[in-house]
Amino acid sequence: MFKDITLGQYYPGESVIHKLDPRTKLSGTMLFLISLFINDKFIGLGLALLFLATMVKISGVPARFITRGLKGIFLIVLITVLFSVFYVNTGTLLVDFWIFKIYSGGLSNAAFIAIRIMLLVLGSSLMTLTTTPTRLTDGLEKGLRCLNIIHFPVHSLAMIMSIALRFIPILTQEMNKIQKAQMARGADFEKRGFLRRIRGFVPLLVPLIISAFRRAADLAQAMDARCYHGGKGRTKMKPLRYARRDFIGYLVLFSFLALTIVIRIMPYGY
Amino acid sequence: MALIDIHHLFHSFYRYNESGEVAGTKEALRDVTLSIEAGTFVAVLGHNGSGKSTLAKHINALFLPSKGQVLVDGRDTKDAANVLLIRREAGMVFQNPDNQMIANVVEEEVAFGPENIGVPTEEIWERVADSLERVGMTAYRMHSPDRLSGGQKQRVAIAGIVSMKPQCIILDEPTAMLDPVGRREVLRTLHELNEKEKITILLITHHMDETIDADRVIVMDDGEVVLDDVPREVFAHVDELRSRGLDVPVPTQLAYELKKRGLELPEGILSEEEFVDAYMKLCK
Repeated sequence: MFKDITLGQYYPGESVIHKLDPRTKLSGTMLFLISLFINDKFIGLGLALLFLATMVKISGVPARFITRGLKGIFLIVLITVLFSVFYVNTGTLLVDFWIFKIYSGGLSNAAFIAIRIMLLVLGSSLMTLTTTPTRLTDGLEKGLRCLNIIHFPVHSLAMIMSIALRFIPILTQEMNKIQKAQMARGADFEKRGFLRRIRGFVPLLVPLIISAFRRAADLAQAMDARCYHGGKGRTKMKPLRYARRDFIGYLVLFSFLALTIVIRIMPYGY
Repeated sequence: MALIDIHHLFHSFYRYNESGEVAGTKEALRDVTLSIEAGTFVAVLGHNGSGKSTLAKHINALFLPSKGQVLVDGRDTKDAANVLLIRREAGMVFQNPDNQMIANVVEEEVAFGPENIGVPTEEIWERVADSLERVGMTAYRMHSPDRLSGGQKQRVAIAGIVSMKPQCIILDEPTAMLDPVGRREVLRTLHELNEKEKITILLITHHMDETIDADRVIVMDDGEVVLDDVPREVFAHVDELRSRGLDVPVPTQLAYELKKRGLELPEGILSEEEFVDAYMKLCK
């Protein structure tokens, strides 16, 4: 039941995109998302699509991996599309049936929003597909270092994230073990009905949570014993350093953003 | 001066009731006085609840004395300024290998200790390579700890301590969750570290047979040290060990029983070979 939990859907590769500093990829994704919201014309979205497609091509990640993320948001896209189709009443009236009135403005608005949401998801998938979770937390830690000034515990947060990632497979294994133990004593996890299934989870979750706390206490002690005392005075085996490709990356990103802004302030076009 | 000096150490655990008052105390350690010389291989033996793990945690400053004093390399564990220095000199390996690993890759796991004490990046790489070599886990450098066997995981955990270059390694029942193969691997690694690197080893265990190659065996029961000698002498006290809920190695026990029935076997036989030799001599 829990075998298919995978976090960090990393697609191993050797491309430039894989090798980029995680900070570059994080801010790149941020800029890409921002550019999507700056856009108000189809031509701008076209540019974003072209940009993303190029990045995917360079990364060498197969398209079906990138588009897998779209399955999860299908419902959200559908609902937003329906809303904008029926609520936007600009342009010419196309359909007038009973209480439904569909305008051309509504259709184009719906298409626009749908494309925007899909690009949003595709853009972030590319980042998670080309960056290992460890590198991602490293990138977050170093990239958000400025927040230390306002006493935001950046290091602790990054440490918590990486430990959580470390323990996902262990706790998954444990969950399977508990489940088998309960089944051996006659518990039935194949019950029909949503509520019943949820109730079936309680005897799994209680021992799992207790054991997670016990593990946490053990781990804290082991970290103490190995001189862990927060981020202060700590060095890194693999420190993050910007390389030339990162500067090129930033250059490409900012030109993309600039182009998006130009398209936005253009007085004409779609 | 000895590396570890323990003077009249007491440790009490408190049990609290719902309103946070002390409802009961349990004395886990009672008046323990010990000193451990640098470079020795010391085994601490005792059944569950004998206080042996509590003792181990005092040496790493994870617990502080209720009464008495613990000195590691001349530094008092009660002084907060000493804690990091003490933990650097006396590293600790725990029972459950899964619960003491923080990284997703073996080499990063080994680097965790040196990172914490601020070792420069280049030196971390050297230390990691060196430590993995010493425990014979170099081939698994890029693996995830989840894919390793129990014995391999514990060897990685040991490498994680070795990379901090400690004088002493304390192991709190490192083999309790391992199969016989894993147990042998870990013990061999420990003896090698002791002989080649002169690292002091303090092995907490309840397996008799892990202690016979030690320089010294300390037997604990109910928070007190009851026997403290070389293995041969300790295991000569077969009756006393049994009364404290501990077994003796099988050859020792066999020799003891045979002697009680009138065979002229020497005292303190530890291994099968010794037993066979002594027995053959008797037959001639």
